[in-house]
Amino acid sequence: MQTSSEPPKVAEKPKEPAKKAEKGHPSGDKRFKVLDMTMKRNQYRQDALIEVLHKAQESFGFLEEDVLLYIARGLKLPLSKVYGVATFYHLFSLKPNGAHTCVVCLGTACYVKGSGEVLAELEKHTGIHQGETTEDGQLSIMTARCIGACGIAPAVVFDGTVAGKVSASEAIEKVKPWFNNNTP
Amino acid sequence: MDLQELHEIGAKEHRSQKPIRVHCCTSTGCQAANSLTLKKNLENSVKQNGLSDQIQVVGVGCMGFCGKGPLVQIEAKNKLYEEVTPDDAASIINAINNGTTATAAEGDLNHPFFAKQMRIVRETSGKIDPEKIEEYIAAGGYESLYKVIHDMTSAEVVEEITKSGLRGRGGGGYPTGLKWATVAKMPPKQKYIICNADEGDPGAFMDRSVLESDPHRVLEGMAIAGYAVGASEGFIYVRAEYPLAIDRLEMAIKQAKKLGILGSQIFDSPFDFKINIRIGAGAFVCGEETALISSIEGGRGNPRPRPPYPAQSGLWGCPTLINNVETFANISAIIREGAEWYANIGTEKSKGTKIFALTGKIRNNGLIEVPMGITLREIVEEMGGGVPDGEVKAIQTGGPSGGCIPASLLDTPVDYDSLIKLGSMMGSGGMVVMDKGTSMVGVAQFYMEFCRGETCGKCVPCRAGTVQMYQALTKIINKQATLKDLEKLEQLCQMVKATSLCGLGQSAPNPVLSTLHYFRDEYLGLIESNQNGKKPPQHQQPATAHN
Repeated sequence: MQTSSEPPKVAEKPKEPAKKAEKGHPSGDKRFKVLDMTMKRNQYRQDALIEVLHKAQESFGFLEEDVLLYIARGLKLPLSKVYGVATFYHLFSLKPNGAHTCVVCLGTACYVKGSGEVLAELEKHTGIHQGETTEDGQLSIMTARCIGACGIAPAVVFDGTVAGKVSASEAIEKVKPWFNNNTP
Repeated sequence: MDLQELHEIGAKEHRSQKPIRVHCCTSTGCQAANSLTLKKNLENSVKQNGLSDQIQVVGVGCMGFCGKGPLVQIEAKNKLYEEVTPDDAASIINAINNGTTATAAEGDLNHPFFAKQMRIVRETSGKIDPEKIEEYIAAGGYESLYKVIHDMTSAEVVEEITKSGLRGRGGGGYPTGLKWATVAKMPPKQKYIICNADEGDPGAFMDRSVLESDPHRVLEGMAIAGYAVGASEGFIYVRAEYPLAIDRLEMAIKQAKKLGILGSQIFDSPFDFKINIRIGAGAFVCGEETALISSIEGGRGNPRPRPPYPAQSGLWGCPTLINNVETFANISAIIREGAEWYANIGTEKSKGTKIFALTGKIRNNGLIEVPMGITLREIVEEMGGGVPDGEVKAIQTGGPSGGCIPASLLDTPVDYDSLIKLGSMMGSGGMVVMDKGTSMVGVAQFYMEFCRGETCGKCVPCRAGTVQMYQALTKIINKQATLKDLEKLEQLCQMVKATSLCGLGQSAPNPVLSTLHYFRDEYLGLIESNQNGKKPPQHQQPATAHN
């Protein structure tokens, strides 16, 4: 992004288009309302884009195209910019995640203590690669650069809860009920 | 609020504290090992035994010994319990009350791991409840800010920091006083303070620990910086991967605002300072200051060429002071104890203490704060207790920007300049110990994979160079490389180092260069086993060709 010497622009309240999109959206209004509130709280400032994207991902689970369009219109930003930011950062996902997530930390301490094997075993057992979701949409396996829990390496985050000193077999035991029950 | 009232808050907190405080760690590491249930059980136990007027269970920040969490410490009895399970709670309370032995393993507080530390940044970490501003005030918190606002001019504050010799703890080691002075000299318009809490170095977690254990110390440091350089607004850029740190920061800002310590007219003076939190979204490059600024402005985290430096033209084109979490956390102690006191700690060119995250193949995992100049051997062998079974092979410092130091150089004193001389760097303070089982070529490949994935893609040397280096390393590991490939890899390293736009690219080849320097045999071994350069039958293609 270019650094301008101007203070951040405050876009005018886009009342009309926002309402239209809200009404016309088939997936329900509530989540869009959350977006509206977040944008309003940030005074529709364009530099609040990342905050709004965080909120959008939190309520929608991922950033679908409609949501990106909606945000672009709300903050009066070109869609290319919104898309550019959404694809730049690793935490933003343009694809839906599974109902359960398993994030293997691949930081240096975890790497030295064998998180690579944990990941490999998980991939072998579930048949999906990192960044993918099982066919039934139940389990996503992901990796993190470092979650800062190096003292208890190797660390794995199961559905948002950090677990330390995880062995490959423990990890498999933990994810088994999340996807075995739901696959034939 | 004036000093009297601040002291009154502290005194009231002191009065309300029970004679025996049971400290239970509630940092991320220990929470992952069920310390919240443990804390609840301890509280229940106290209640059941009717000891509520004597014993108080306090959820505290990190005590440092993260590998053996959850930790419970009772200072009044000089006891530390390690790897405590929720079932141990009753026996610990009993032990305090009746002098019996608890079922949990007792730690040795005289072990070099604790005894060799010198705590400045972490002085109250693990001793106070990070979620209560009163505990920080009772420990003397915010007095430095008061002193600065009421007894010192901005120039005197900058002078004090310059005299202390403090250098940036984010990695580069730029003199903090000089940075402050540059921003202070800029025309008195809008200026900003940024706290860089985007600790992306894999293997480092000291910033996380400081934010989780003592968020007010960072806020106080930022406010003092704001006063010194003439800024009225600050941003903390925290990684989204650190949810607990974000929660506690938000809580801390709210509490400080409520007491009139942050916001407008701080301590009834004309000085205003507000702090906003910005949450990152997972990009290592955002630790680089110009990239961090673009990210705060809501854009992609692309760095830009310097000069102009952020000190002249930073956030929205205004003069901006960017310091790391640990740098800010040092400030209040320097103001309280004086620059001379601080300058007497450490080595000639690296003053004060540094927190290191000691992890990897080592007996005692955790955070240590030690004076600069301590040798690597003291850290790894004495404090860390060495490798559990085997010997140290190398120590990786500085993350993806650093390098591997071989065991033969363990007697090197740790400071900014000596580590750079060894081809590594301090970085934010990660120290990952490796034993014989770790392949150094594999480590180089691991870091290159990291840099390849984290390059922002703006400049060609970094975008294309990291991919090519990764492929060369993969070829070596797959025993398909020849000596010519090694030569090419070395040339590529020099080229990327010399021509990249920002620190990420400039330092990306460091792990390769340092392992090549100290562990060349391992590279050659992999090449020689490759039938004198003949291409062996293809078995494993690098899975990266599309990148």
